[in-house]
Amino acid sequence: MRITGRVWKYGDHVDTDVIIPARYLNTSVMEELARHCLEDLDPKFATLVQPGDVIVAGENFGCGSSREHAPLAIKGAGVSCVIARSFARIFYRNAINIGLPILECPAAVQDVEDGHQIEVDLESGQVRNLTTGRVFRVEPYPPFMMAIIESGGLVPYTRQRLKAARKPNVSQDEVRQ
Amino acid sequence: MGHTLTEKILADHAGLEEVHPGQFVDVAVDLVLSNDITAPLAIREFEKLGVERVFDPARVVIVADHFVPNKDIPSAQQSLVIRQFAHAQKLVHYYDVGRMGIEHVLLPEQGLVVPGDVVVGADSHTCTYGALGAFATGMGSTDIAVAMATGRVWMRVPETMRIVYHGQLQPWVGGKDLILHTIGQIGVDGARYKAIEFGGPVVAALPMAGRFTMANMAIEAGAKAGLFPVDQTTLAYLGGRAARPYRVYEPDADATYQQVIEIEVSHLEPQVAFPHLPANTRPVTQVVEVPVDQVVIGSCTNGWLEDLRVAAEVLRGRSVHRDVRCIIIPGSPQVYLDALREGLLEVFIEAGAAVSTPTCGPCLGGHMGVLAAGERAVSTTNRNFRGRMGHPDSEVYLAGPAVAAASAVAGRIIHPSELE
Ligand code: SF4
Repeated sequence: MRITGRVWKYGDHVDTDVIIPARYLNTSVMEELARHCLEDLDPKFATLVQPGDVIVAGENFGCGSSREHAPLAIKGAGVSCVIARSFARIFYRNAINIGLPILECPAAVQDVEDGHQIEVDLESGQVRNLTTGRVFRVEPYPPFMMAIIESGGLVPYTRQRLKAARKPNVSQDEVRQ
Repeated sequence: MGHTLTEKILADHAGLEEVHPGQFVDVAVDLVLSNDITAPLAIREFEKLGVERVFDPARVVIVADHFVPNKDIPSAQQSLVIRQFAHAQKLVHYYDVGRMGIEHVLLPEQGLVVPGDVVVGADSHTCTYGALGAFATGMGSTDIAVAMATGRVWMRVPETMRIVYHGQLQPWVGGKDLILHTIGQIGVDGARYKAIEFGGPVVAALPMAGRFTMANMAIEAGAKAGLFPVDQTTLAYLGGRAARPYRVYEPDADATYQQVIEIEVSHLEPQVAFPHLPANTRPVTQVVEVPVDQVVIGSCTNGWLEDLRVAAEVLRGRSVHRDVRCIIIPGSPQVYLDALREGLLEVFIEAGAAVSTPTCGPCLGGHMGVLAAGERAVSTTNRNFRGRMGHPDSEVYLAGPAVAAASAVAGRIIHPSELE
């Protein structure tokens, strides 16, 4: 899975309240949420963001509440990947689970500036700043996580797995043996 | 190279020889938990999966504890959704009014969590069960839906941070003070992504209630889990209670810790966390003239029998200040009954406190003691974020049961020894 897009760069501790303010949580429709994505931090983002664009940010991205609406809003806005120095734990899970790729890559965050063009190869774990030409490595996703992202999230991924001819459920005892 | 408690538990549940921090693993879970707020969302996602049944009706637990007994019509509707799901799925451990307690007090008490378990819950304080040497962590609703269907979740193996406590605790100082002090030291993201392993002579001497309190607040330092080693105290607690056979894991002597923090506690005073962050801690004697309107003693942090005993020791023969509403909430029906039989409830009621049936209630500003603008509470709960217990302009000070009870008597935040 290869991603190319423009960079939207932000700082540290971008919390779930600025990603999607609580006043819009009366819906969980992705497109609705996307209209207000990051509006308290960068009012022009939601109108100017293009499909495929990448958010690049500092430490602790997604801190705050456990609302899954936050990664949904970002994904709904067309963002193809979020790269940060670090993520808050529950945001990290929620993003992968709804099929939004996110990467921790402090070196790339250091190099990349707002408006740069960037290319991300999720399989090989490579981030290329097309503007400066510099290349950064990240730990590639393990195959199962890659599969979750490619399926569009944990629910479709699990549904496929359960439907597949394979035994739908590995019981605890089988795993322990 | 040795492994930490967390690494050993996760390796076994992933069916692997060993695992390393940073590695992504797919693990089998022993118990999946949700409550009246988070279960309805998880049930919605569960239904999208196209599965008929939960992976094991004895291992999917739902507790109606947050807005229960139902505080209004929307909360009654939420309860209806989970009640219907629990019946349809024939869940063995579904707890409704009369049998429900605050989930994190109830599950250990009922023996549903045992050492070595991997437990996931749609509630951030699921980490409480680390006190039993289990790996327990909170997650979002999609994760819980999939775990209910498959009995498995994906996880990133966390780095482990070891926190060791030395010294001798002063009177009126307990688990809550240790963990508040620790969060004050390392900050609200001091353990982000990590598992904390608590250890040292001080925690070895700590009763289970104090350990539950500490593990409970690991999340307040950003941790994924907070674990205690299993010892005689743990085994005594589990005796006659554990619902399943279990395996005790021990960290290797040469385990690799990302960080080791040593804390000397002999001079530690009871702690108070000022608004609006659990890390804003101060020793209680440095709290000057802070009058309070309400005192809450309860929650998954301090709703254990031992906590009520401490509160009763302070309140016995004394009166709650006339300008204070003191609300005491036992964590489970069993705690309630034990407190009744020990005469603790009598002490509370004679002192002028209100005693409630178990519920989360005021802890999250739900019901049973919501604060008005400008009001100030001392609470034995775990979060004092802005608006947590009511109006955005109210204030919550976190403390242990001794300081909370003493402050209820004095009408301002004090050290319990000031009453003597
Ligand atoms: S008592 Fe408070 S912190 Fe504990 S589960 Fe209930 S709402 Fe959450």
